[in-house]
Amino acid sequence: MASLVAEPEVTVSNHPEAVVVRFAGDSGDGMQLTGGQFTLSSALAGNDFATFPDFPAEIRAPQGTLFGVSAFQINFGSTDIETAGDAPDVLVAMNPAALKTNVDALKPGGLIIADTGEFTKRNLDKAKYEVSPIDDGSLAKWQVLAFDISALTMESVKPYGLGNKEALRCKNMWTLGLALWMFDREREPLIDWLKAKFVKQPVLADANIAALNAGHAYGETAELGGQLHKVHVDPAAAKAGLYRTITGAESVALGLVAGAQLAGLEMFFGGYPITPASSILHSLVRLKEFGVTTFQAEDEIAAIGAAIGASYAGKLGVTSSSGPGIALKTEAMGLAVMTELPLVIVNSQRGGPSTGLPTKTEQSDLYQAIYGRNGDTPIPVVAACSPSDAFDCAIEACRIATQYMTPVILLTDGYIANAAEPWLVPDPASYAPFPVTFLTERNGPDGTLLPYARDAKGARPWIKPGTPGLTHRIGGIEKNPGTGNLDYSPAAHQTMTDARKAKIDGVANSIPAQEVALGETSGKLAVVGWGSSFGPIHQAVRRARAKGMDVSHIHVRHVWPLPANLGDLLRGFDKILVPEMNTGQFKTVLRDQFLVDAQPLNKTSGQPFTIAEIEAAIATYFDGQPGNAGGDEVPPNAQQLPSIKAVNP
Amino acid sequence: MNEMTTIPVPTTLKDWESDQEVRWCPGCGDYAILKAVQRTLPELGADPAKTVFVSGIGCSSRFPYYIESYGFHTIHGRAPAFATGIKLANPELDVWIVTGDGDGLSIGGNHTMHLLRRNLNCQVLLFNNEIYGLTKGQYSPTSRVGTTSPTTPLGSVDRPASPAAFALGAGGRFIARGFDVSKNLPEVLKAAHAHKGAAFVEIFQNCIVYNKDVFEDFAAPKGAEDRQLWLKQGEPMLFGNAKTGDTKGIALDVEKLTLKVVDVADGDWQAAGVIVHDVTNRSIAHMLVEMPFGPFPMALGVLYDDPRPTYDEAVLGQDAAARAGKSTDLAKLLAKGQTWTVETADQGPLSNV
Repeated sequence: MASLVAEPEVTVSNHPEAVVVRFAGDSGDGMQLTGGQFTLSSALAGNDFATFPDFPAEIRAPQGTLFGVSAFQINFGSTDIETAGDAPDVLVAMNPAALKTNVDALKPGGLIIADTGEFTKRNLDKAKYEVSPIDDGSLAKWQVLAFDISALTMESVKPYGLGNKEALRCKNMWTLGLALWMFDREREPLIDWLKAKFVKQPVLADANIAALNAGHAYGETAELGGQLHKVHVDPAAAKAGLYRTITGAESVALGLVAGAQLAGLEMFFGGYPITPASSILHSLVRLKEFGVTTFQAEDEIAAIGAAIGASYAGKLGVTSSSGPGIALKTEAMGLAVMTELPLVIVNSQRGGPSTGLPTKTEQSDLYQAIYGRNGDTPIPVVAACSPSDAFDCAIEACRIATQYMTPVILLTDGYIANAAEPWLVPDPASYAPFPVTFLTERNGPDGTLLPYARDAKGARPWIKPGTPGLTHRIGGIEKNPGTGNLDYSPAAHQTMTDARKAKIDGVANSIPAQEVALGETSGKLAVVGWGSSFGPIHQAVRRARAKGMDVSHIHVRHVWPLPANLGDLLRGFDKILVPEMNTGQFKTVLRDQFLVDAQPLNKTSGQPFTIAEIEAAIATYFDGQPGNAGGDEVPPNAQQLPSIKAVNP
Repeated sequence: MNEMTTIPVPTTLKDWESDQEVRWCPGCGDYAILKAVQRTLPELGADPAKTVFVSGIGCSSRFPYYIESYGFHTIHGRAPAFATGIKLANPELDVWIVTGDGDGLSIGGNHTMHLLRRNLNCQVLLFNNEIYGLTKGQYSPTSRVGTTSPTTPLGSVDRPASPAAFALGAGGRFIARGFDVSKNLPEVLKAAHAHKGAAFVEIFQNCIVYNKDVFEDFAAPKGAEDRQLWLKQGEPMLFGNAKTGDTKGIALDVEKLTLKVVDVADGDWQAAGVIVHDVTNRSIAHMLVEMPFGPFPMALGVLYDDPRPTYDEAVLGQDAAARAGKSTDLAKLLAKGQTWTVETADQGPLSNV
């Protein structure tokens, strides 16, 4: 459970329930790698965890600059962890810029570990510090542990004869070694990993291992005035079984492979590089043995065009992008609706509009997913709420696409795509298969072919070219309701528009009834979310309920069409609060669909909600109730909203 | 097209006529092209069930509706993308792309370029009428400078693209030209089909409503022999009237490194230095696609034909190699990487309140 570490004045006790650590450094300092390995170590220690990689859009921003800072936050603990944590307990700052951009997020009394070797005049200038913050007392509300990690690293790798630059590259492993000591972790898995990583450059393996060991030894032996002490976080209670760590991008890729298998199809994936969606393509190109063919197209339009072409030819066509790329695919999505072919479109949302915030997260493509096409063009939309949930959602998208002969949009976001969490590896046999059938015989009266005849679900038959006797033509022009031949007549357009809408509305009959994620099915307040805000909403509701507030958490996976019972469920609550990383899109959908007074709680800073932000908003509904302190106060900082109340008075 | 691993299917022209009412303007050149294709397909032994016509948007792109095969009328300019997905999903299919000068060179120029560069095994028939027909007569990327149209009432000022030159520049390995009413068109189509890889055919097509007779200067039957150079593999590049003794040929101007027209006296084309057409000569192909009509005749027939390995073979070959001997056990895949096992029974979420 995030950041319920202890009372704020206490830093890191020896046996906390959870700890939040943020590693921050220059883009070239290897912070994502350090964070990733620390995550693995947390997994092996049995902790539950959630991570939040936060990196700049620039690949190698100029060294030492404020905009070149790359950070990785992990929240790990012995209880359920559902967010990457509101405020870090420990901040590792590899240079002045990393300190400046991250320190305000640190909890009062939290620990700063800083590499003084990088606090040179030049780097201080680049970070716009006039004097070193380590010396001027400006860090007084935190504990500061500043020492020359650079020099210590250089010393530790001296025997390996590396150049200055290469030697300093081992700094992240030194730091990781110290962190491993601090949290009482085994070094062996990391040493094994370094040996494997540098199998062709044994000198680099040895140097990095030496740096790791030196960092660890430093914690063990150095007299650090009681500032640094060993902390042990107990393993979290978890369901028995086999676990691995998984990011949302990996999870989507695996879910698509599983979905195609459950449908009995091979998969064709058309993609075009775009942040943060490219990693799905990177994963799938390595899974060819599962019947996956990948195609890096010349642009977003060609990527979806080829995917639709492959679906037409009898494979499961999939394409993936982020908002701007999805915009380009829009016309082709209309064709897939018109020709009623299965297709999965994955949108890893990022901050918009336009290029927006390529590496930051947002949920602002909901309108685009539900409404963003010309004509009456309904498409089912499924939204994943966490990296591991993305696996099930990808399967669900494949199911709807193939069973209803329709494109389906799967929404994830930058946070889900990049964040990692432990995943109880599922047994594929536990998923019900949904094998597709292709038409092989003429299906109309008197031996005629009716490509647009409909089954009970409203789906048309899937006819593969190559099938003898079933030649026919399809396209984007309005068609006759049965034969599919060109038909512009008023009756044909009315009938077909109605049929396309009815088919997608009918998807609601095949999805589970909306459940309450936490709390009662009626009451004073429902906090309704979708997508990656699950974690902070869930924890905030849990805390509010612990204080006695009558609040429930409802989290919607099928954002279009909505579950059939959702309207009734919402009407069972006096108030409805909808936290979203946009300006209120799902709130508007709920108001439109159910005429309920859904209230928005919005954040568009490119950062996920903190628990405290949502908790504070919940508290406003319970004024005067005993035990309501108005939510935990989190000091405003650059990465959080200045004030929730200012935005939603 | 595929190597003919399948047995030729006997069909007649009638078998390739769909039951759809053809909706082009009466007298449109598209009718003649449709007939030429329907006449060619039986000669190829093509199987309607394994034939797919894919098109974008425009007059030409209505073509698939009229052929009794599989057909996909897609979106403007993107037919090559759909064709790529179709061919990669099922390489057994014989894929024909039908496009126009606006569809294939304006909105879809990007995709045409990449299809040719990749060398997808298919035929691309680009109907060039130098005008936008379906949107009622605006000038197109192949319209000549000075074309008056609803959007260029004072005449167009931008220089036109040359489809064949574009295709060759994009890396095309088969470049041919024909025109709608030409009796030679089926031969050109057959050659395109025989080429393994992306075969690009520019078909000059008469839009009788918006750009009537714009190709008449070389397509008119009268005097055609002086204005049309029909290229044949291994034969000298001759044109003109042999009966009247007015035979001409195309030779290389070695000084200027350009082509030139030479007179051929008494049939002695060797003496006149006339080039023997070698369809694999890329340098000559570059000259032929750029050869200006007027000073020169219009180069028609197969200008260039030099196959290279196809994209679909490369992709599917790599897929097959990558799959060889690998486990397809999904359970194993899901459990890949660094894993750990929790032995204890479910204690329930501690923090559930």
